[in-house]
Amino acid sequence: MAAINRDDVAHLARLAHIEMSAEELDRMAGELAVIVDSVKSVSEAAGDDVPATSHPIPLTNVFREDVVGHTFTAEQSLSGAPDAYEGRFKVPAILDED
Amino acid sequence: MTENNVLIRLSAAALAEKLAAGEVTSVEVTQAYLDRIAAVDGGPRGVHAFLHVNTEEALAVAAEVDAIRAAGGAAAEELHELAGVPIAVKDLIVTIGQPTTAGSKILEGWHSPYDATVVKRLRDAKMPILGKTNLDEFAMGSSTEHSAYGPTRNPWDLDRIPGGSGGGSAAAVAAFEAPLALGTDTGGSIRQPGAVTGTVGVKPTYGSVSRYGAIAMASSLDQIGPVSRTVLDSALLHQVIGGHDPHDSTSLPDPLEDLVAAARTGNVDGMKIGIIKELHGEGYQAGVENRFNESLELLKQAGAEIVEVSCPNFKYALGAYYLIMPSEASSNLAKFDGVRYGLRVLPKDAPLTIERVMGATRAAGFGDEVKRRIILGTYALSAGYYDAYYGSAQKVRTLIQRDFEAAFAQADVLISPTAPTTAFKLGEKLNDPLAMYLNDVATIPANMAGVPGLSLPGGLADEDGLPVGIQLLAPARQDARLYRVGAVLESLLEAKWGGPLLDRAPELAASAVEPVETLVDAQEAK
Repeated sequence: MAAINRDDVAHLARLAHIEMSAEELDRMAGELAVIVDSVKSVSEAAGDDVPATSHPIPLTNVFREDVVGHTFTAEQSLSGAPDAYEGRFKVPAILDED
Repeated sequence: MTENNVLIRLSAAALAEKLAAGEVTSVEVTQAYLDRIAAVDGGPRGVHAFLHVNTEEALAVAAEVDAIRAAGGAAAEELHELAGVPIAVKDLIVTIGQPTTAGSKILEGWHSPYDATVVKRLRDAKMPILGKTNLDEFAMGSSTEHSAYGPTRNPWDLDRIPGGSGGGSAAAVAAFEAPLALGTDTGGSIRQPGAVTGTVGVKPTYGSVSRYGAIAMASSLDQIGPVSRTVLDSALLHQVIGGHDPHDSTSLPDPLEDLVAAARTGNVDGMKIGIIKELHGEGYQAGVENRFNESLELLKQAGAEIVEVSCPNFKYALGAYYLIMPSEASSNLAKFDGVRYGLRVLPKDAPLTIERVMGATRAAGFGDEVKRRIILGTYALSAGYYDAYYGSAQKVRTLIQRDFEAAFAQADVLISPTAPTTAFKLGEKLNDPLAMYLNDVATIPANMAGVPGLSLPGGLADEDGLPVGIQLLAPARQDARLYRVGAVLESLLEAKWGGPLLDRAPELAASAVEPVETLVDAQEAK
């Protein structure tokens, strides 16, 4: 497996929507390289014949009756929002100005 | 000892009996705990187990219980066994009427519009909620030092960590600031703090306690469970919070076993108890190993057969955990986007697009450990790496489940130390993420396989006089076995010690106003 470098971390930080300073990128790249190195044996642990487990105790087709249950009011849903306008979440511009 | 000091040291079971017999009121009990919190939790050398204290509501619920008891009749008869017994709740679990921060700045001041299912069940049982306890940010850590609101201190030594992520819940119970608490356990966050604070903590079978209203870190690993000072108290609380919940699609439909009866009728005669070869010995502190061997000897004397089992794939568990957990966490934490709840930070310069607002909000709102795990998870899930990382880790999960299956074919329960060391000093491992991760080496396999685990105090390590935890593991849906064996081991150990381990913890000085050293100095001067 490939090692993780500073450019990778910068790319991942963009994907994860976390702004990072140059100093932070340097430090994070160093720390993550150590962590990634320590987990690399995992890829060699299991052969192709071993199935993956996503949930420890799998349940399938968990349905409920298709009836209206408890719903939050718009006011309750917006109660923790940093900004709201006329019963809606107010969001910064979705598109760039230019 | 003052009357209140006696009261706060009683077990939840003993308090429940006194309340039912009318020997004490819930208001008296709740006030005694609130007074204790005021005395030892604040100040620069306070325990700092609580992020929020819920005085008014707790006393109102206590008064309601007292009024129902005083009136008598059917309503009093129907009161839950634990009605009026106060409890603290880890601040990862949402509550109406109190803030929920998850230990993060990104949720500072946020109030949930709904109660977690476990909180609703506490309210149905009329248990006064004393407040919300401190944790590593979003439950990511093993020391509570990653809380954005400052670390919790270990009541056994205020310069040491109380474990994590649920250090607040464990320290609150250890410092007699609450008889009971709720925790959450993703890789050991209930059991490891229990071990290092000399308290009891249980991670139930995955899906047997609803996760609805627990702010998710890794959804396939997270589990809410009880924190207490005795095995029976954990069983009593487990019985309140457990059972099916339609709000959680991973909630097991099975009816809950009688865990309280299991704790009350503990018996190990003829039981097979398996030592996991890979979870002791090298890498474990000598004092931890000694206390572990002592517990094995006591169980053997009580009629249990000790066998050795091998779980060869456990050596991959930590690595696989640190791929699966961050992967799920990076996805779960994407919802903190500065739009729907919590913090919004605007970038210093234009353009103020949502992408840039998200970037600035998450940069300011998340701490280092949360950022590390989000980046690691994003990496493990990215195109080209998915099969090698996340895919491989999921296969390891299958291998760990097979190891458990083979082990439980040879033993009824498994036993190991809960953590490789006793409590370390605050700051000691803060700048070495990998060293911090190693604290969870013995607790992680249970989360990976979904099996239940219990940690109980096993005594004090010879070299440092700090608590050691003993971990019991049972097959999925067999949580009752943990209580059956745990109760026996607890009574054998307490008979040996001449009382509960926490009786040997140092008395905490009132620290709300002055640093502890000042108070101690003043007392010595007298």
